[in-house]
Amino acid sequence: MAEIIVVTSGKGGVGKTTTSAAIGSGLAIRGHKTVVIDFDVGLRNLDLIMGCERRVVYDFVNVLNKEAKLNQALIKDKRNENLFILPASQTRDKDALTQDGVKNILDELSKTFDYIICDSPAGIEKGAQMALYFADQAIVVTNPEVSSVRDSDRILGILQSKSLRAEQGDEPVKEHLLLTRYNPGRVADGEMLSVKDVEEILVIPLLGVIPESEAVLKASNQGEPVIFDEGADAGYAYKDAVSRLLGEVIEFRFIEQEKKGFLKRLLGAR
Amino acid sequence: MTDACFQLKGSVFTTIILELYQYSRESFTQQLKDKINQAPGFFHQSPVVISLEKINDNVTEVDFDELLDISRQFGLQPMAFKCTKSHFKSAINATSLALLSDSALRTTSRKPLPESSTLQASSSMEEKKLVPRKSKIVTRPVRSGQQVYYEGADLIILSQVSEGAEVLADGNIHIYGALRGRALAGINGDTSARVFCQKLEAELISIAGNFILSDFMRTQAWQQAVQVYLDEHILHVAAV
Repeated sequence: MAEIIVVTSGKGGVGKTTTSAAIGSGLAIRGHKTVVIDFDVGLRNLDLIMGCERRVVYDFVNVLNKEAKLNQALIKDKRNENLFILPASQTRDKDALTQDGVKNILDELSKTFDYIICDSPAGIEKGAQMALYFADQAIVVTNPEVSSVRDSDRILGILQSKSLRAEQGDEPVKEHLLLTRYNPGRVADGEMLSVKDVEEILVIPLLGVIPESEAVLKASNQGEPVIFDEGADAGYAYKDAVSRLLGEVIEFRFIEQEKKGFLKRLLGAR
Repeated sequence: MTDACFQLKGSVFTTIILELYQYSRESFTQQLKDKINQAPGFFHQSPVVISLEKINDNVTEVDFDELLDISRQFGLQPMAFKCTKSHFKSAINATSLALLSDSALRTTSRKPLPESSTLQASSSMEEKKLVPRKSKIVTRPVRSGQQVYYEGADLIILSQVSEGAEVLADGNIHIYGALRGRALAGINGDTSARVFCQKLEAELISIAGNFILSDFMRTQAWQQAVQVYLDEHILHVAAV
């Protein structure tokens, strides 16, 4: 049985797809057979971030409508043999998703994969609800600013009330907080919420803190998940998050300003 | 007006309706006994309206005097019949209880009820208020966009109430965490209801329809453990 993990946020543009690609890749690097599904039907992005856009022939909706077999639609990653992508359809909309159809696909994937990562669209409507409905775990991606935190709070409420686990009264969906675009310097200046502020509002366990980094934008544009970038802070932060997801206890990096502060002081003294 | 003997007023009471489907002495007695044994205190001296709206069409005659006797033996206080079927009317009139027609109920232009039953009705309402209020315990955070309400109960929340969440109760609200959303206590008009929380950061707090907003609360015991209560139509915030 595969573990189904939804990457969600409520708000758009906070880094869901970047996170899905990085976490999915990270799990694959660690030797787990992983598939990342793009639930953003109509606004297909995951294929770009993962650099497989030119290999998309069949998509999620084709499989759902039985126009193609699952194996025809799954794209095998070029970098890691454990990693697969199921792209969204660009020509359809969220109404193409049905609960039964999604269930069938997830059931079939569960037979062969260890992890299924569901990259949720923004919002709280049908697409987002479909992505989270069957989830065992949820990674809630949040930026350190008030509107993103409030939207995350909203999506946590939906996870509690509208997921299959909630409806059946099973053990609730396991929630993880992933703070992205974190800039300790701006936190110190009071321009950004701190890790502690966000934890206090959302009261869910922290999975990782991804520092604001130019490497993320570069990675997206090159179609290479940032976790493969050996020199990037953000890549290490994602690797740490993957380790925590697998149950390891690791100290948090990149959340203190100290080093940068020292450098800044040096630069300022110049 | 000091020499006036009385005043006529319109009022609405909540009563139990006994909906009769069919009648035979043995089964009616047995079923009523079973029902009342489930909650003897609740039914004791309760005013009851006997409705014949749902009675089976093949039932043409009922011994109403016997039915009323049995009901009274079990401590019920039948005060009226509710019936639109003409063939029962003369039998109902013979019992000397009031007959409420459907239209009378709908338009609320009520026929005067027998004095004694009205008095009993109000006194038994008073008794019901003394029944201990239920409470509902919520263990998880109440998130933005969620609304929590349990009828007739106090609400106890062991976690926080997020910004954009709403918790409502007929009675008191206790929050063992931060209150960042809205809390509305005594929503059915109980002015003695209170709101308690460990950390006051609320958007709005209301008691029996009187409310205060965060701008006002920021000048009070903001981010402290407080209780909010109503006195003379004014909400007071006090640290606890």
